[in-house]
Amino acid sequence: MSDSASGPRTLFDKIWSSHLVDRQDDGTCLIYIDRHLVHEVTSPQAFEGLRLAGRKVRHPDATLAVADHNVPTGDRSLGIEDEESRIQVETLARNCAEFGVEMYAMDDPRQGIVHIIGPEQGFTLPGMTIVCGDSHTSTHGAFGALAFGIGTSEVEHVLATQTLIQQPARNMRITVDGDLPAGVTAKDLILAIIGKIGTAGGTGHVIEYAGQAIRDLSMEGRMTVCNMSIEAGARAGLIAPDETTFDYVKGRAMAPKGGRWEQALAFWRTLPSDEGASYDKEVTLATSQIAPQVTWGTSPQDVVPVTGRVPDPATVADEAQRQSMERALDYMGLAAGTPIQDIAVDTVFIGSCTNGRIEDLRQVADLVKGRKVAAGVRAMIVPGSGLVKHQAEEEGLDRVFMDSGFDWREPGCSMCLAMNADKLQPRERCASTSNRNFEGRQGRGGRTHLVSPIMAAAAAITGHLTDVRELV
Amino acid sequence: MEKFTTLTAVAAPLSMINVDTDKIIPKQFLKTIARTGLAKGLFYELRYDEEGKPKEGFVLDQPAYRNAKILVTGKNFGCGSSREHAPWALLDFGIRCVIAPSFGDIFYNNCFKNGILPIALPQEQVDLLMDDADRGANAILTVDLEKQEVTGPDGGTVHFEIDGFRKHCLLNGLDDIALTFQKDDKIDSFEAQRQVSQPWL
Repeated sequence: MSDSASGPRTLFDKIWSSHLVDRQDDGTCLIYIDRHLVHEVTSPQAFEGLRLAGRKVRHPDATLAVADHNVPTGDRSLGIEDEESRIQVETLARNCAEFGVEMYAMDDPRQGIVHIIGPEQGFTLPGMTIVCGDSHTSTHGAFGALAFGIGTSEVEHVLATQTLIQQPARNMRITVDGDLPAGVTAKDLILAIIGKIGTAGGTGHVIEYAGQAIRDLSMEGRMTVCNMSIEAGARAGLIAPDETTFDYVKGRAMAPKGGRWEQALAFWRTLPSDEGASYDKEVTLATSQIAPQVTWGTSPQDVVPVTGRVPDPATVADEAQRQSMERALDYMGLAAGTPIQDIAVDTVFIGSCTNGRIEDLRQVADLVKGRKVAAGVRAMIVPGSGLVKHQAEEEGLDRVFMDSGFDWREPGCSMCLAMNADKLQPRERCASTSNRNFEGRQGRGGRTHLVSPIMAAAAAITGHLTDVRELV
Repeated sequence: MEKFTTLTAVAAPLSMINVDTDKIIPKQFLKTIARTGLAKGLFYELRYDEEGKPKEGFVLDQPAYRNAKILVTGKNFGCGSSREHAPWALLDFGIRCVIAPSFGDIFYNNCFKNGILPIALPQEQVDLLMDDADRGANAILTVDLEKQEVTGPDGGTVHFEIDGFRKHCLLNGLDDIALTFQKDDKIDSFEAQRQVSQPWL
């Protein structure tokens, strides 16, 4: 990163230096954390650590908690059936009460997936440092915030000190110019990027997404792109704040108001990378090259256009790579050379912190209106938060979904990672709008194909992976 | 946190690339509210079938490797989810050192919080250590953090790089939070200055 105070700096450089509390001679930094999101899975041991050491939460006002991974997406009035899940959720409530941290309970209309509620509430703002014990914290980078996932020990450190010991990352820029073709969404864009640079393509770097195609994305589209930055191995993803960002943030519950708003705006406008700022790595992508994407394997980098085929391990020279591909095909129950559109699905999941927002749901509703879910397909739609659910119902989207035969659920992480009742049985095959297709991710032996919301909807209608452009 | 100075132990070979943290510790084991007891979930789906019965052949279940304290593995080990349950599970099994060409960022950081030393070495050197680890009970490696060296069973030595501060903390078993509390006045003054420069926060 640029150390020069006077030379051109990137967005990441600016956020880093404005949060530097201390820098040791060996380069180890202590950075200040503006916002800390907390959920029930990665916090119990952190709060217990504080308790044992007799420490308090330094800034409860900078901390917001919610239970999302374990919560049922069915009738919540029945409580949580799984004992361990229930204990974990109750532990979060108890910890928050004891340490004075605000938490949205399951019956709070603002409850939802942690990376959906932060932006909704204006908790997430440009220029901030934001952390959470969850790798998809990268989502908040869409606001021009430095947002990244941390482990439980670091969660404890942030609770106790409101800081983190960190080494600065390197700068990487991915520039995407042109218009996104019809039927191609932000989800396809980020899948294509991960396919291009690989699951470790961003390791050690913060990725700044730039270019016209990025600027043209709505805030929700930007969140989808930044969300999956971790799948490319990046420390974080960032998109420079602009009028689209400010329009989204203005008036939200925790956003600054009045005179404070004007002050914040003036500061936020200084954040975008300076002309001539240098990046350690640069990648470009042309939108004309991007078709709707589908993952075929067990890594987000295992991606092909929907018009393509399952690849052939015999064509791979590197032995470790070939063995990995053979293992993936075996797990996924796929034969090399199979056209993607020949692959039937039995389950469709639309939701997650990647694609559980109102614009995703509107696009799905537009596609499925007047159409029916194919026989033999279990299709569920899980809104990302209570506010998203409420808005979808105001717009009548829930009626469209249910008339088509989709199951309309309560907010939570749901089938993204099967820590709650929503999971795949062994060898079930799912078109999913989530972010990971690792072995067992959605349930032991479950087979995940990552796609965009409209691609998932198309698969629900036809019963197989489908080029959504042919359905519209 | 337990110090890490030197370690002489059996090294187990796990010849897979891109081993993600879901594979290291699947989601059902994330429901714990403790840091210990996770060895039973380590690489669970590679070791147990769908009925929960042990499968044959996973390296850590072989008699020679049951007490392995070192793991030699492929690139990008620990990619994916930030779950610190991954290093907790490794530690609970007894693993104190992982050697690979590269690591997932968050996993790499999490190791240091738990007294586990992750060592990144060039692929060719990892390949040689993988051959050493294939020797069963004779797969003895010595890791010396102070000298930054790994020595194989035939006496050959490779040097590894490591961040100075992390090395210092690991050698001395230092607690991050206690260290940061020593800078409390700097945090105070940062916050005071912030109140003025960014009052909307």
